[in-house]
Amino acid sequence: MTSKQIIQDGLWSNNPALVQLLGLCPLLAVSNTVATSLGLGLATVMVLGASNCLVALIRNQVDEATRLPLFILIIAGFVTCVDLAMQAWSFELHQRISLFIALIVTNCTLLGRAESFASKNPVIYSLLDGLMMGTGFLLVLLAMGFCRELLGHGTLFSQMDLLFGDTAKNWTIQFTTDGQGFLLAVLPPGAFMLMGLFLALKNIVDERLLVSARARDIQRVRIDLRTP
Amino acid sequence: MNAKDPELLLEHAPLLQQGMSTPQAMRDVIYSLVPVTLAGIWFFGLSALLVLVVSILGAMLTEWVFSSAENKTESLWDASALVTGLLLGLTLPPGLPLWMAFLGGVVAIGFGKIIWGGLGNNLFNPALVGRAFLLATFPIAMTTWNPVSDVDGFFMVHATNLALPFMHVEPDAMTSATPLGLFKFEQEATPIINLFLGNTSGSLGETSGLLLLLGGLYLWWRRDLDWRIPASILLTVVVFSGILGLFDAERFPTPLFSLFSGGLLLGTIYMATDPVTSPITPKGAWIFGCGIGCLVVLIRVWGGLPEGVMYAILLMNAATPLINRYTQPTVFGRGKERS
Repeated sequence: MTSKQIIQDGLWSNNPALVQLLGLCPLLAVSNTVATSLGLGLATVMVLGASNCLVALIRNQVDEATRLPLFILIIAGFVTCVDLAMQAWSFELHQRISLFIALIVTNCTLLGRAESFASKNPVIYSLLDGLMMGTGFLLVLLAMGFCRELLGHGTLFSQMDLLFGDTAKNWTIQFTTDGQGFLLAVLPPGAFMLMGLFLALKNIVDERLLVSARARDIQRVRIDLRTP
Repeated sequence: MNAKDPELLLEHAPLLQQGMSTPQAMRDVIYSLVPVTLAGIWFFGLSALLVLVVSILGAMLTEWVFSSAENKTESLWDASALVTGLLLGLTLPPGLPLWMAFLGGVVAIGFGKIIWGGLGNNLFNPALVGRAFLLATFPIAMTTWNPVSDVDGFFMVHATNLALPFMHVEPDAMTSATPLGLFKFEQEATPIINLFLGNTSGSLGETSGLLLLLGGLYLWWRRDLDWRIPASILLTVVVFSGILGLFDAERFPTPLFSLFSGGLLLGTIYMATDPVTSPITPKGAWIFGCGIGCLVVLIRVWGGLPEGVMYAILLMNAATPLINRYTQPTVFGRGKERS
């Protein structure tokens, strides 16, 4: 297990949203706009990194039978920290996605990483894994938020001031003249359709990569044959 | 051995073949839709023609783009994309922005058919998938109905037709409610004769009951549709709304009004009978039809929308695999016992 492999796993080949299909509930519910996506995504990255770290630290002291409740307790503790921090520093955003912040506890990605990675690996790798898995989730969330906000509201980066303060008030880019977009993109069915399209896109890209990798292998074999 | 030798037939069963093929059936559907289409253009003017052409274009273009290279011409020539686009166009309001009609055609074929694996594999009727998408995405544009155009207005194209994506456009000054909308929200019944002939506002192809029935009769005569499905739908609607009428004739529409208003006939004859998405067993066809009929009356009377034929058919489409499984006839020679 090299760090390069961990990064690649988290961001692409074992992406929690696109490959493991975990955490779909917040993914579909909060990806209405870029601002809310970014808020929830960052919260998830923080919790995932911290919980992986702590789980790895105590992995040799934990009893087999009590490990799952313990992991959940650790995750819940960090989620509460993030929840309180958001209430302190970005109360407006918290009011809009508070339910889903609390629901990070039930996001299977976190328990999954704690159980399958952090409880078996050293701290530094676990931290990296948590951060990369979280970032993979964040990126998918951002892409969904980007597409759904553009299609559904006809805007981009609206209400970023909830996250970045007053300087972000004029970041909004407006594309429509009537403030109406594809209503379906804002509704849950639209989120499901978009998610399906993302999955299809990832499969296509993977297929292309596989084909070109095979072609490269064949090339290499030919060269090997030619050399005496 | 000579291949033309008639003495010995080396072929798989079935040896008796009907001269029916998908292109043939689709051509029949198109012929039967000609009067309805012409009537729609007659009632709603040039706008109607534009909406129809654009939605057909969207459907056929998507079919062409997503067919495999060796299958491109064949998949277009079986005309199923043409029928889907035409049927979708017939369910749209005449004043719909053209780019929305195009998008509807794209979604109907892309999400209604291609994504399931092409013709014969889809769970839902593609034209209705396109319409459901449009209704969920553009609820205002999809429920703005233009009145029947007069002779002067025939060549006038509605300003809303030419709207661009995401751009604000002044709504048409002349709009009017559909007969079902009038009944539901203003308790005003439209005369049956208008519903029968078709000079009421509504979707392009749903207004004329007479021509739709003629098209249905042609399809039945050509054996392209299972008569059990329309029969059971219409019977259920008549009986159900008749029973409701016994309770309160003021509040509930009469059976005849229910029959000829809205998209019931169009949906019944052309969408519910889609051979891909309806049950294949006779008993299943009856169950399917009764389900649609009940849902239509339920949505019309107690739902928030004035019209529910589309959702009724889509819901029963979803139930079709289940119906097929539970109505399988006993295998010949097995006797009465069931596993």
